[in-house]
Amino acid sequence: MRKISTKKIQDKVSALCVQANLVLRKDVFGTLRSAYAKETNKRAKDILGAIIANARIARKKSLAICQDTGLPCVFVEIGSEVKINGDLKAAINKGVVLGYRKAYLRNSIVSDPLLRSRPKYSPAVIHIDVVKGNKLKLTVLPKGFGCENKTQLKMFKPTAGIAEIKKFILEVIKSAGPDACPPYVVGVGIGGTADYACFLAKKALLRNLVHVSRFIVHRLEKDLLKDINKLNIGPMGLGGKTTVLAVNIETYPTHIAGLPVAVNISCHALRSATIVI
Amino acid sequence: MKKIRTPLDRRQITKLKAGERVLLSGIIYTARDQAHKRLVEAIAKNKKTPIDLRGQIIYYCVPTKTPRGKAIGSCGPTTSARMDEFTPVLLKAGLKGMIGKGTRAKEVIAAIKKYKLVYFLTYAGCGALLSQYIKKAKPIAYKDLGPEAIYKLEVKDFPLLVAIDSKGNNLYAVRK
Repeated sequence: MRKISTKKIQDKVSALCVQANLVLRKDVFGTLRSAYAKETNKRAKDILGAIIANARIARKKSLAICQDTGLPCVFVEIGSEVKINGDLKAAINKGVVLGYRKAYLRNSIVSDPLLRSRPKYSPAVIHIDVVKGNKLKLTVLPKGFGCENKTQLKMFKPTAGIAEIKKFILEVIKSAGPDACPPYVVGVGIGGTADYACFLAKKALLRNLVHVSRFIVHRLEKDLLKDINKLNIGPMGLGGKTTVLAVNIETYPTHIAGLPVAVNISCHALRSATIVI
Repeated sequence: MKKIRTPLDRRQITKLKAGERVLLSGIIYTARDQAHKRLVEAIAKNKKTPIDLRGQIIYYCVPTKTPRGKAIGSCGPTTSARMDEFTPVLLKAGLKGMIGKGTRAKEVIAAIKKYKLVYFLTYAGCGALLSQYIKKAKPIAYKDLGPEAIYKLEVKDFPLLVAIDSKGNNLYAVRK
């Protein structure tokens, strides 16, 4: 067994929180730049230019990319040969608090969803998975809530076709309209159970925006990207051909009686950071 | 680009047209969900609001913590629509303008037209960039709300886009 201390995990989570919130992901930044180059709508281009300038300033001046530093979502993959001495979840939450404090990020978490008390930095939403090997993979995704609020799940009949799924995803984007800070990255989870499809949709946002999926999924991603960008929502919902930067789809086996599809939208400030220990 | 200064007078506001870009200097106040709820409750009970709303501009924003040596942290706009149910009361109380992101309810648009006011957009998700135009920031009311307290901001050449003008022209409607 390989031992990893909770102190180490805490420190790494802290650093990931800072990195994710201050330094825009390379793939997201690159995709924004190519969208800027291709955009022909004058106002859309101006807004994309501001978004790119914002990422540069955030990095250079150690400022949060967005004031909504999100609800920290932490994804943990533990190798089955790893032994952690101590309380893993406590270490993650402590790391979140330390990182958020260090980088002057925002305390946006209310301890009780109904009583709405004074906001704190934690707890994070933590997803833990056990995988093969002796490594530990940590990912922090600070999820802004303007876009999280636009999440939708639909339980399709097993006989539903690709066209119906596409239509649903387009409707989700249309109903988000200008409110969730387009251009969006669209995470889609297909299969599993209702809850698992939602998890996959969120996890899809972690995948590099420049990637090639397996054939049927890749085609669906490409088609959706093209169709959504014809909606003329554009940056800030003021028109243009850049409504989404990418569509990432994750799939999982499902039941013969169903076909769950979940859509989790990210604003243009899609932030995450990963480390393998 | 046109430059404007707070406090905005009626003549200045009626000249602004939907789609026009302007740079704003002067004083603005932040307020979002919980602060709106309290302001509206205070007005309903005929109590004095902690800021005199007459002639002012509210920016729908809750900044991050202020990093050492900086005037303010990241401070972009939040979704205006969440404030829609409270806005008409504040507009009636004398608020002159709002800065946010996204569309507004028809009641808000009607009130903007009725009282001849203005709704601005600013760059959404660009809090680091926008912090560069804020010279001073100070929480002045509802401090118990933490980040949702009302902040008084001194801004210089803050970039805005007129989304709904005093005639009720709406950029989100006309662009189609």
